[in-house]
Amino acid sequence: MSLLINLFLLGFLLIIAIAVMRIHNLMAMAMLFGLYSLLVSGLFVVLDAPDVAFTEAAVGTGISTVLMLVTLASLRNSHEARYPGRLKKGPLLLSLLMGAMLVYGTHDIARLGEPSAPVHQQVGKHYVEKGQQETGIPNLVTAVLASYRGFDTLGEVTVVLTAGLAVLMLLTRPRKPHIKMEARNDP
Amino acid sequence: MTHNLILRVIAKWMIPVILLFALYVQFHGDYSPGGGFQAGVIFTTAFLLHALAYGRDATMRIIPENTLKYLSCLGVLIYAGVGVTSMVRGGNFLDYSRLASTPISGQHIGIILIELGVGITVASVMLLIFFTFSRRVIDQ
Repeated sequence: MSLLINLFLLGFLLIIAIAVMRIHNLMAMAMLFGLYSLLVSGLFVVLDAPDVAFTEAAVGTGISTVLMLVTLASLRNSHEARYPGRLKKGPLLLSLLMGAMLVYGTHDIARLGEPSAPVHQQVGKHYVEKGQQETGIPNLVTAVLASYRGFDTLGEVTVVLTAGLAVLMLLTRPRKPHIKMEARNDP
Repeated sequence: MTHNLILRVIAKWMIPVILLFALYVQFHGDYSPGGGFQAGVIFTTAFLLHALAYGRDATMRIIPENTLKYLSCLGVLIYAGVGVTSMVRGGNFLDYSRLASTPISGQHIGIILIELGVGITVASVMLLIFFTFSRRVIDQ
């Protein structure tokens, strides 16, 4: 059953990826990217990672699609992407090589849920065995993220705040930067 | 965006449900999947739906941009404040066990507070980014 769902989701992922490449309308492209994220979040549910699925569904499908639509709405020109139809050999070769290397790399990844994998031998073992007892939190993911890895999460939140501040600084600057005006006044 | 009656009515029904779900993910994160980050982004999607259905200005009347700027900093301050509080009470930075009389209840209080901080910052920063992006649509 899980295999069937996986094949279904991956098959549609492939179809959408090809459709994104073939399509010219940027609006449709944004919508397809949203669908892509929705399918990926479905895959995360199959992989028993509902936390990540939440985030992917909300950010990938919701917020980033809306941000792309807003960006498209602020474009003055048409919403068509046109490129010359010639097939370039170099980039194609490079992507095929990269893909082959990634597929080769998957052979070294431990099987899903393998107890003897290196990740489960180190500090993770302590979390699983003692986490409930030390924090009293039934959800181990929350216990690790918020308590054991509290510093990391603080850093992540700071990164989110910094990203917001950077967007504010970049997009809300006055039309004419001050530096230019001062330079013009100087002889 | 003037006569989207069906979209507006559906949005009006959906938004409270999404907000309630976000609050559930926020405060039930100890027991079920979820947490501050997930709750924050789900919270934001409710407001994005409102902005898409009713226009950006209507949403900005509910949450002004300046409030969002303060809220985004407040979240990080809550998080770091919990860490400093645990230092004041004689522990290490972010050592929640010192926050209450027993370590377990201290962990509970600390985790709920920092998740709240994460949620506030993530939700307000995401909305702020949306408002900033959408201003370029109106202004040109």
